[in-house]
Amino acid sequence: MIKKFDKKDEESGSGSNPFQHLEKSAVLQEARIFNETPINPRRCLHILTKIIYLLNQGEHFGTTEATEAFFAMTRLFQSNDQTLRRMCYLTIKEMANISEDVIIVTSSLTKDMTGKEDVYRGPAIRALCRITDTTMLQAIERYMKQAIVDKVPSVSSSALVSSLHMVKMSFDVVKRWVNEAQEAASSDNIMVQYHALGLLYHLRKNDRLAVTKMLNKFTKSGLKSPFAYCMMIRIASKLLEETEGGHDSPLFDFIESCLRNKHEMVVYEAASAIVHMPNCTARELAPAVSVLQLFCSSPKAALRYAAVRTLNKVAMKHPSAVTACNLDLENLITDSNRSIATLAITTLLKTGSESSVDRLMKQISSFVSEISDEFKVVVVQAISALCQKYPRKHSVMMNFLSNMLRDDGGFEYKRAIVDCIISIIEENPESKETGLAHLCEFIEDCEHTVLATKILHLLGKEGPRTPTPSKYIRFIFNRVVLESEAVRAAAVSALAKFGAQNDDLLPSVLVLMQRCMMDSDDEVRDRATFYMNVLQQKQKALNAAYIFNGLSVSVPGLEKSLHQYTLEPSEKPFDMKTVPLATAPITEQKTEIAPVATSKLPEKLAPSRQDIYQEQLAAIPEFQGLGPLFKSSEPVQLTEAETEYVVRCIKHTFANHMIFQFDCTNTLNDQLLQRVLVQMEPSEAYEVLHYVPAPSLPYSQPGSCYSLVRLPEDDPTAVSCTFSCTMKYLVRDCDPNTGEPDDDGYDDEYVLEDLEVTVADHIQKVLKPNFGAAWEEIGDEFEKEETFALATVRTLDGKFA
Amino acid sequence: MTAQSCPRQHCATTMDSAALEPTLYTVKAIFILDNDGNRLLSKYYDPDLYPSMKEQKNFEKNVFNKTHKADNEIAFLEGMTIVYKSSIDLFFYVVGSAQENELMLMAVLNCLFESLSQMLRKNVEKRTLLDNMDGVFLVVDEIIDGGVILESDPQQVIEKVNYRADDNPLSEQSVAQVLQSAKEQIKWSILK
Repeated sequence: MIKKFDKKDEESGSGSNPFQHLEKSAVLQEARIFNETPINPRRCLHILTKIIYLLNQGEHFGTTEATEAFFAMTRLFQSNDQTLRRMCYLTIKEMANISEDVIIVTSSLTKDMTGKEDVYRGPAIRALCRITDTTMLQAIERYMKQAIVDKVPSVSSSALVSSLHMVKMSFDVVKRWVNEAQEAASSDNIMVQYHALGLLYHLRKNDRLAVTKMLNKFTKSGLKSPFAYCMMIRIASKLLEETEGGHDSPLFDFIESCLRNKHEMVVYEAASAIVHMPNCTARELAPAVSVLQLFCSSPKAALRYAAVRTLNKVAMKHPSAVTACNLDLENLITDSNRSIATLAITTLLKTGSESSVDRLMKQISSFVSEISDEFKVVVVQAISALCQKYPRKHSVMMNFLSNMLRDDGGFEYKRAIVDCIISIIEENPESKETGLAHLCEFIEDCEHTVLATKILHLLGKEGPRTPTPSKYIRFIFNRVVLESEAVRAAAVSALAKFGAQNDDLLPSVLVLMQRCMMDSDDEVRDRATFYMNVLQQKQKALNAAYIFNGLSVSVPGLEKSLHQYTLEPSEKPFDMKTVPLATAPITEQKTEIAPVATSKLPEKLAPSRQDIYQEQLAAIPEFQGLGPLFKSSEPVQLTEAETEYVVRCIKHTFANHMIFQFDCTNTLNDQLLQRVLVQMEPSEAYEVLHYVPAPSLPYSQPGSCYSLVRLPEDDPTAVSCTFSCTMKYLVRDCDPNTGEPDDDGYDDEYVLEDLEVTVADHIQKVLKPNFGAAWEEIGDEFEKEETFALATVRTLDGKFA
Repeated sequence: MTAQSCPRQHCATTMDSAALEPTLYTVKAIFILDNDGNRLLSKYYDPDLYPSMKEQKNFEKNVFNKTHKADNEIAFLEGMTIVYKSSIDLFFYVVGSAQENELMLMAVLNCLFESLSQMLRKNVEKRTLLDNMDGVFLVVDEIIDGGVILESDPQQVIEKVNYRADDNPLSEQSVAQVLQSAKEQIKWSILK
């Protein structure tokens, strides 16, 4: 009878989850009974559990209520109930960040940590270290050192792990406990060994010699703990990597010996470490690979997964080493864990022959819909690598990729596939038509604007050069009719490219363009009108400038010039030539296919070096009115490395002038230089107009001085010149310790190396994405044919990347 | 001023990265979900990993969706290796970085599962777990501390926690209260 009522109460009341309808305010209200005496351990325990549960679920506690609850909880230390005390420690840790004045429990915790009840000591230490700050740390240092070498393993472990957490807070204090940690490392308990080793490494890791000594000691004495072994293997690998040690060193022998350890964890760690080492020979890899091969047939899924993941990595660098495992890998293709199956197949794809590719692709396609997005991207990467290896198989791959495109999937996954198809198209001209056809089909039903615009851009670039460009026009124009504004705009640009390159298609394109001029979106209409006008002129030069090649100027520079133009009223129209040319490509770089990243870096258009210089020079009043900066050179050193004064020069080229910027550094701490300038004597018809000195050069603070030079006007071919440079300045000796200079000084000079101005300083590279069109555009009159002899080169094979 | 948090580890998201920095911080997170994917207990040890509650719950949902149907032990999601185990109506997860030793993570998972199994007298299911939630919190606390594996032997964990289950489950009312409600029911049924 009672049981039945229980069930009814259960269903209506707390249900299957007694915590389901907890309310924070009600629970905190209940917590008031903590202040009552005598303490009812069971009830208090329930309430504490509810509080911790609420915190864990993400319930927010304000500072006041948290502090109140915390203080109430401290009353519970009066009870001797073990579980209650343990829960108090847990509450202290959970509330350490949200309550104020948590350090009031310090004395209770210190008492427990040094008390008789062993079961309290470890947890009390951990709670204490959670609330300790730098000032308190010194006070408990004595207790911590005792605890680290305590015979009770839980006490020692708790102290060691807590010390590790506190290293961030106060490295110097914890470093003093290194001897205690060393002693603890010789304990028999496997966890204490592990923790001691970890703490010792962390304290010594900047001292390579100490780490080596530590490793030598432990590898000889032998540890029992598998966790400690794994840690040692990692330390040894890191040391080998840092010292670039050869593989005949005792460290490598140690790792290799771990392949025969009785714990699977250690064996796997060793195999993984060997595989990751750079410059491993096939002979060194062999024992690791054979161990992994054994793991492939283990009944434990985690072991199979670990093995096949590591073999996958080996296959990237040493495919021949993995071929011995092919049979085991084939067995894993049908593994119930799809991640394992995927990894097995991608490994086989890397090591298999061309003939096995078809069979493997068929097997993958049967379960590709079941695997997670990350693994789908792994598969795409493998296919991408395969396409480069076996270009003849591109049709099989392409089919497979287009099928994957049709399936469901996230953005990263689809993007990986599109990038893969694009790279196949670019590398393999035979595959272009099929590739473009697949992509056209994809954009018919693509929800990702970024991908659609990317593909349209590609169609515009590659489509006009195919044998039958007209078939792409239908796809593109459909986008204009059906899609969002961004896609429509991209489609209009793509159409224009077809019109510009194919004269027979031009009439049709013009008709379509006319329709686009009626679009509802501004951008689409503007683009259509613009392209319409350009195409109607039917001039190749215009087509090249406005349709094929994008902006060749730097965007921040353009913005600045436009701003300048709007400030000064002028009759002349804005001249693009006043904007400095871009030195770096504006189009996005090809991003690598990578699995989903958890952190995305914001992409900002940072001002280029050139824009920074332009601003600096414009700030100097003597340099106004020179026009836009054409080019700035790389810094040229005019002194040796270890001289008293270090000077380097940057040459800024303008339309009719050059500015030489000298960055000088005074490396003598007993001198102060003032009114520093660099006098220049030209060898040709250059004329030095003006010097802007650096006012003062104290010790090791770089400063800049400038010289303004006019380019020779009468002879445009006199572009190169040599300047002999001398640095002239006023020197005041000063006290090296205080930097106080003497009152008087004397003039002095310092000879620098000669400075060359060459043709290269007057040339700026221009980016032309469509080189072919730009080449044609220049026309025949500038063509010059000459014969040169290449004396040092025998053949042209392999000279061109 | 408190000190417990994991140091910033190299947040590698691809599977093909360099070897791990040797450190004791091996576990990034541990959580227990019910069979609807709701969180019963979760601890995140890496402060760079999903610092907000919203991100955490999102992550748990994604992991649950991808793993509760398949009965595999191990998965790779969102750039991390996840080992998991289910029992009746509960799911246990241990999360480590993509380069972490999977067997180490499995050792933690097994220790967690075995300890709870002993504590709950083999009834590893949602009701029993919630009824002994305090013991569960203590067990997790004994196995991992701030991302460091503290103990791997379930026997040791049980000894240290020293918890007696079923002493007074949270959902059951005390005998006196049950008798009281029984009296009320009888009273009302007679009055009808």
